[in-house]
Amino acid sequence: MNRLINLLLVVGIGVAVIASFGYLELDLGELGSATSLKQMGTYAQRFLSPDLSASHLQAILKGALETLAMSALGTLLAAVFGILLALPAAGRFGWPLQSASRLLLNGLRAIPELVWAALMVLAAGLGPNAGTLALALHTTGVLGRLFAEALENTPPEPAEAIRLQGGNPVLAFCYGTLPNLAPQLLAYCLYRWENNIRMASVLGFVGAGGLGQMLYVSLSLFQEAQASTVILAMLILVLGVDSLSAWSRQRWIKA
Amino acid sequence: MLTADSRDPAAAPRLLLTLLAIALLWPGIQLSELDLGVLLHSDSQTEMGRFISGFWPPAHDHDFLQLLLKATLQTLAIATAGMALALLLAVPASLIASRALSLSAASRSGIPSRLGRLLRWPVRGLLIFLRSVPEIVWALLFVRAVGLGPAAGVLAIAITYSGMLGKVYAEIFESTDQRPAHALMQAGSGRLAAFAYGILPNVAAELLSYTVYRWECAIRASVVMGFVGAGGLGQQIDLSLRMFASGEVASMLLTFLILVLGADQLSRLLRWRLT
Repeated sequence: MNRLINLLLVVGIGVAVIASFGYLELDLGELGSATSLKQMGTYAQRFLSPDLSASHLQAILKGALETLAMSALGTLLAAVFGILLALPAAGRFGWPLQSASRLLLNGLRAIPELVWAALMVLAAGLGPNAGTLALALHTTGVLGRLFAEALENTPPEPAEAIRLQGGNPVLAFCYGTLPNLAPQLLAYCLYRWENNIRMASVLGFVGAGGLGQMLYVSLSLFQEAQASTVILAMLILVLGVDSLSAWSRQRWIKA
Repeated sequence: MLTADSRDPAAAPRLLLTLLAIALLWPGIQLSELDLGVLLHSDSQTEMGRFISGFWPPAHDHDFLQLLLKATLQTLAIATAGMALALLLAVPASLIASRALSLSAASRSGIPSRLGRLLRWPVRGLLIFLRSVPEIVWALLFVRAVGLGPAAGVLAIAITYSGMLGKVYAEIFESTDQRPAHALMQAGSGRLAAFAYGILPNVAAELLSYTVYRWECAIRASVVMGFVGAGGLGQQIDLSLRMFASGEVASMLLTFLILVLGADQLSRLLRWRLT
């Protein structure tokens, strides 16, 4: 019986794959035919001579810095709002606030960054400001939830000891809870920052600044040489962040 | 005798760190043109307010629901077809790139010869390149190469995910016990047979659960890729956003949430049944 159900599931997956190709009316033969491959080849060829002139490289450097700034500030804002929302979400101020803030965090997290960016471009206009806000909103949802879980799992005794000695709740939180929690919060923030650098480089496709906007504009103007330099810059940024995070993880987590 | 001490011994370093962080971030604020005040301006607030007040009720007339169903099915189909194509490339690439099937490694305690490493490097490099360019950039490029529509999305997912799957598969092959495969290869079996009988039985469950997880990611990615014109739900969201049709945006965001939750449940079911 178990075997039969598994077999049915496997057949179902196969049917789903075939149905998907059928539904999309994808003609792989035509996509792989000589003419369309040649067309793609000539298109790809235009990317092979990246524009390395000084003025363009300077513009790219500015775009990369803008991307980094967007991601850093977005993460920072998200960390501040995340901890503000995590306190009620961890049940510190009673259950009505707990469920309300959890609902808010889930909503913020569920909508992808790019959709937030499209909404923020409507609200705040084109430019990196919209991208920063979009990253901040989505990341608030993610970090708020992670922070709330960390808050729930942290030992309450130090804070209780300070309360019993007559310290006020704010002091108890700052000196009893936060020191235990800080390394974990920092680790979560760095992890999200890493994600956000990658995300920030593509948010520009909806007009939210950074490298993405440069790529979108130069592709729309059919300046493939410039576009390929932007893609190279994105690649370097992503690889750099990857190796940096791998290195720092080895360095700090093993120690 | 204890005296009450209200001084915080760590105050000075913390203050310095904070000042340093602000000094580092100050140019960032300039660069990113951060201005939270823009959200509080009265004109952008009324604009936003009008847009958000249109969220309720979500659009639900018959024509629109039909469009929504079509877009949702298209999103699902893009993710599934893209994964199928990605597997076509990822499986051979992972077999080539993995050290687990190296003949020289079988007799050299798991370390392949220099030539073997040299020959594997181009495949590894290709996989790194494929996955390092974000999928939405691939989508943007393919929209220009093959035209607007789902084909661009399928190709973009196929390319990025073959890079990811290939790398992770190769690592999974290497992380399991190498001795069965080495024994088979030293006894003279072919590499594919050694793979099928020495490695695959140990790693099948892990491969499957990772693949299903990636399919779930592909659904989310295919929604996002629609924003650059690669079809599916994302393209409809983009269109409705541009027309300020907030009721339609609301019902599409709801559909997206349901889709993601449904994919989550389905992948849990598949992992539970098949692993």
